[in-house]
Amino acid sequence: MVKYRMDLLVCGGTGCQASGSSEVVETFKKEIEKEGLENEIQVITTGCFGFCEKGPIVKISPDNVFYVEVTPEKAVRIVKEHIIKGRVVEDYLYKEPETKEVLHEQNEMPFYKKQLRIALRNCGFIDPENIYEYIAVDGYQALGKVLTEMTPEKVIEEIKRSGLRGRGGGGFPTGVKWEMTRKSKSNQKYVICNADEGDPGAFMDRSILEGDPHSVLEAMAICGYCIGADKGYIYIRAEYPLAIQRLRIAINQAYEFGLLGKNILGTGFNFDIDLKYGAGAFICGEETALINSIEGGRGEPTVKPPFPAQKGLWKQPTNINNVETFANICPILLKGADWFSSIGTEKSKGTKVFALAGKVNNVGLVEVPMGLTLREIIYELGGGIKGDKKFKAVQTGGPSGGCIPAQNLDTPIDYDTLTQIGSMMGSGGMIVMDEDDCMVNIAKFYLEFSCEESCGRCTACRVGNTRMLEILNEITEGKGTMEHLDELKELGQIIKDSSLCGLGQTSPNPVLSTMNFFWDEYVAHVKDKNCPAGVCTALLKYFILPDKCVGCTACAKVCPTNAISGEVRKTHIIDQEKCIKCGACMATCRFNAITRR
Amino acid sequence: MAGIKSLDELKALRDKHRESVLGRDTGDSENKIRITVGMATCGIASGARETINAIIDEVAKEHLMNVVVVQSGCLGYCYAEPTVEVRFPGKEAVLYGNIDAKRGRELVQRHIKNGEIQKDWIIEKTFNNI
Repeated sequence: MVKYRMDLLVCGGTGCQASGSSEVVETFKKEIEKEGLENEIQVITTGCFGFCEKGPIVKISPDNVFYVEVTPEKAVRIVKEHIIKGRVVEDYLYKEPETKEVLHEQNEMPFYKKQLRIALRNCGFIDPENIYEYIAVDGYQALGKVLTEMTPEKVIEEIKRSGLRGRGGGGFPTGVKWEMTRKSKSNQKYVICNADEGDPGAFMDRSILEGDPHSVLEAMAICGYCIGADKGYIYIRAEYPLAIQRLRIAINQAYEFGLLGKNILGTGFNFDIDLKYGAGAFICGEETALINSIEGGRGEPTVKPPFPAQKGLWKQPTNINNVETFANICPILLKGADWFSSIGTEKSKGTKVFALAGKVNNVGLVEVPMGLTLREIIYELGGGIKGDKKFKAVQTGGPSGGCIPAQNLDTPIDYDTLTQIGSMMGSGGMIVMDEDDCMVNIAKFYLEFSCEESCGRCTACRVGNTRMLEILNEITEGKGTMEHLDELKELGQIIKDSSLCGLGQTSPNPVLSTMNFFWDEYVAHVKDKNCPAGVCTALLKYFILPDKCVGCTACAKVCPTNAISGEVRKTHIIDQEKCIKCGACMATCRFNAITRR
Repeated sequence: MAGIKSLDELKALRDKHRESVLGRDTGDSENKIRITVGMATCGIASGARETINAIIDEVAKEHLMNVVVVQSGCLGYCYAEPTVEVRFPGKEAVLYGNIDAKRGRELVQRHIKNGEIQKDWIIEKTFNNI
């Protein structure tokens, strides 16, 4: 076996591939071959490092040097300098944005300092397309241990004791779910992995499947052993081509190595896994709708009970867990429930992966112990708000969640505290908003999503959400009344109470929570016909500041409706009747003399 | 690849591939023994590449999991290339000169494994870093 003296770990997640990591890999390979070092230096395409903001990421091991925003040109220089001469190329390292200090090592970076990577343990560390690498980091050891040393009851007890809760949104205790499915009597049972990640902005499941697909396969087999199933499906959206490709490779390798299929590790246990593709409907993340979709039916939820644990796929007992939940299983079984339950808060154990997005400096994927505060995540890991703007709110839980204002920044976050402050964990999307974001508009965005994704089965959800959206449209267009606000609250409550599934029951949350925390902003839209953040176009007015206008006439020339008048070298004015609020004048003015409010 | 028939086979396969991957785990790099080989132009010209590869091979053969082998730029001792620095956690670094591949292997055996500093090969450190 060749022992390489240096590994170049290049991120091959979707984010970094989009910013050109495939070309970087090619360049590294070509340059290393040119120097005749291909037997000493290994180039490995890994899964997501999480630091998508600064992609493509290249980590050099064992030197532990972390290069960011690497291009093919930079790759050439890294080979010439670092790899041949041992000189770290300081220019390409990560620079701390505030102090401008150059940070050499990954563990020095604030983005990684507070992270604890359990579900993402192998992402950015191993080659996801090489089963040997997964086996080298104790891959399939948990399955081996379970099959040879533990009864299904003992495994379930261990998972229950660990306190692991479903990472897909609901937070239902995983061990209890497995036990329910185990207790249902049937000759045929199924395991389903829910990889229908649908929240806008969330991409942790995709990253796990891209970076460490075997960990999910292994956990599914363990689940099959526990509940008495020999067949598993991964329901994944077809819009995740890279994750699908890596999963296919992983499944084929696992079969080839006898880690899936018949008589696994000579224990007589059989387990098969198939992929099922979804068309990307949000509702299919709901477990009964997902099951309908696998069966070939419409993606619509059905009434619970019976729960899938009793009557699921093809009317057989079925256990459904989300990708991130499965990714936690093997470490729990190898390191023990006590280890896992020592992490996190009283009722939420372990870690949670958050997809940090919006107006933060470090957009990316972070995995942190439960109980960290929002402030730590946004200001330390996230590096604060872009452009030194003021923090306004953070949206968690996607279209089912709510907006959390600044006063709750110091709340330690777990399943229960997030619910208490009017939001929810959801799948872990975390979108940060600053003073330039209009909360009415944000609520409208999420409601539009829910309207589009409603399957249409329940009237309250189908019609109610559309009515709510109409009202929000009126408000943002300056036609809102105070009665509208009462109607929104009433309708929201009715939709929550009378919808069948989670989508309908939670779809009014973004509206209700923003009304709760940002009531003044709604009132400003309705009463003053004013959008305080300056987002809702219909409510904006453009003004020329007399002390700044030099009378250059540039604005008057670009105005498509001739709404601006004034003599040369004298202050111009905008006729509000004629103005169509296109913003052309503001973009043209070189003296910052035009403002909108 | 024929299927893996038992947990023991799986464990054997893991152990075979373990070191190549776990060398990447540099989360606790301060607690590891660090061997640095000077790999500037003069070092390479004097055979530092053979030296570093020999050291890595010897480390792998001995399954020394707590050792990190890295290269560095020029240390300025062109007269004594290839140069190799050995640093045990929390201890002063020891700098060796004229370490060819054969001496590299011996160094792993004697200094790293048995803890015997090779006085004859040491070169005087003539500078202090700021």
